[in-house]
Amino acid sequence: MSTAAVPYEANSTILQLVDVGKVYSTGSVKVEALHSVSMQVARGEYVAIMGPSGSGKSTLMHILGCLDVPTSGTYHLAGEDVSTMSEDALAHVRNRQIGFVFQQFNLLASLPAWRNVELPLCYSGVGRAERKVRAVRALERVGLGDRINHRPGELSGGQQQRVAVARALVTDPALILADEPTGNLDSHSSADVLSLFAELRDQGRTIVLITHEREVAGAAQRVVGILDGQIDTDGQLALATPSSLASLR
Amino acid sequence: MNWGETVRTALEAIRSRRMRSSLTMLGILIGIAAVMLTVGLGQGAQAQVRDQINQLGSNLLIVSPGSTTTTSGIRGGRGSASTLTTRDAAALASQVVAPDIAKVAPVVTGSQSLTAGATNWTTNVVGTTPDWLPVRARSLTEGRFFTPAELNDAAPVAVLGSTTASELFGGRDALGQSVNINGTAITVIGILNTAGSSTTTDEDDQALVPQTTYGSRIASSGNASGISTLYIQATSTESLSAAYQETQKTLLATHGVTAAAADFTISSQQSLLTTATATDRTLTVLLAGIAAISLLVGGIGVMNIMLVSVTERIREIGLRKALGATPRTVRRQFLVEASVLGLCGGVLGIVLGLIGAQVLPHFLNQPVTIPPLAGIGALGVALIIGIVAGVYPASRAARLAPIDALRSE
Repeated sequence: MSTAAVPYEANSTILQLVDVGKVYSTGSVKVEALHSVSMQVARGEYVAIMGPSGSGKSTLMHILGCLDVPTSGTYHLAGEDVSTMSEDALAHVRNRQIGFVFQQFNLLASLPAWRNVELPLCYSGVGRAERKVRAVRALERVGLGDRINHRPGELSGGQQQRVAVARALVTDPALILADEPTGNLDSHSSADVLSLFAELRDQGRTIVLITHEREVAGAAQRVVGILDGQIDTDGQLALATPSSLASLR
Repeated sequence: MNWGETVRTALEAIRSRRMRSSLTMLGILIGIAAVMLTVGLGQGAQAQVRDQINQLGSNLLIVSPGSTTTTSGIRGGRGSASTLTTRDAAALASQVVAPDIAKVAPVVTGSQSLTAGATNWTTNVVGTTPDWLPVRARSLTEGRFFTPAELNDAAPVAVLGSTTASELFGGRDALGQSVNINGTAITVIGILNTAGSSTTTDEDDQALVPQTTYGSRIASSGNASGISTLYIQATSTESLSAAYQETQKTLLATHGVTAAAADFTISSQQSLLTTATATDRTLTVLLAGIAAISLLVGGIGVMNIMLVSVTERIREIGLRKALGATPRTVRRQFLVEASVLGLCGGVLGIVLGLIGAQVLPHFLNQPVTIPPLAGIGALGVALIIGIVAGVYPASRAARLAPIDALRSE
């Protein structure tokens, strides 16, 4: 496994972490969740962040997703320093630059698929007519063009996660951030969602996927291993056998 | 997210929890309707009293014998002895003594039995002067009022109220007929217009005779010049207080007493109105206060349900924040939701209040007057209650950190 730094061109870098640390303070108790994490992701890369429970990968995901800010170090996303941004500015960055895919899907049960997909566009001030057009296009993109009026309860788990992927795509974000996207899916649906990610990667999307499953991480080109709040390994997942990859595709 | 979008989202959230939203609105609805109806009842009762007092005439001062303003010891109470006389009336009628007084109508009354043929009817017989008609702002439907000459001669003539006339003569024409009052045959020369009844006296059931006729032929007591009430009409609304002063000064002089020992009471329509509506107002304020408390409870209900809603939808809030909702947008969404609950409750409350205003008079025999601005006021109050009730839950929702919100199960 190689940990050698890969030379990235500045203009193709989507995100860059430099010496990022995160300390949680609960009264007098201080917990250091991340310690001096530095990494870069280039445009079009498909990166999996892997680590066991408590390794700090969720904290890293929150910082990458601008849901939380680091206590030290800097984080540049799409050329902007987001580590010192205000809450409102962060909301704006999340809206424009990041598409989230969650383990729990987090779809609103009362709304049909297309209304769920258009939700991020509501917050960026896109007009109603255009929102619907773009939502339907995104749903078609994930193969659910015939399910736009179905509510989440009327869709299978895999389909719900595809709606969530459509929602992540609809704003045309710089980064798609998937937090354990297959954690609640059976193996068939998992493969389904992962092949969707592979397609998106092929179209030039930048994807960062957080997982603790080796098989899922194996679908990515590059795997960043996190252990005890630090980057442990960075590079191709050596243990991912060609056969296991094939079965996932 | 613009306002239209926010309102639509709020409506969807309310619609998706139909039962709970309706029960929440019910609190506001009942409160608004209760406040409207109690205020309407109070206003209706006050309007009724005002009408009755205005019916007495316009720019009127009413002098009654006796005084209720005791400052030392015991003095004759109101009506215990008639201290007013026709001399007082004559003095006040003088343009020199009282330039601001237009007309004076002394009145002496007594309950008497009237007989016409075989029919018997007991009513209030009023001895007065020809000025009674303009002072009390009444008119005749038939015949004429008695003249100053008839007053001088103590002529046996009478003007009957419409009820009195129909009780005595049925459908027959009363004009020119003879009525026997206390042994005196009196000719009916006119019939009064209909005025409706006040709470104390039936204005349509009375018989008016010249004051001299009453004193010399009808009254059983010997006091021919004693009168029970003086109705004084001021020249205009502006001169009412001047007329009051003149009346007081003149009567004190003719009675030879000081203001502290006054043996008469002067009241204006305004003071009558104030006294008469004071109790009504107290009751209205009390009832409206109770209704306002129910409105407050309704508001607390809205706040409670909004807090529950924030807790329940913690994941939704987290998701919306992750997708780009700013704290302000989230706060606005919950504020609008609470306001819509308040507003819908308010609108339904107004509808219920208006229906009640139509239905209630049939059961209570009391008029309900809902002021035209009450609807707008109620709507404003309902909206404000919604907003106030929504502030705390909304700011709690806005303060939620997206990660904490997303993490919660």
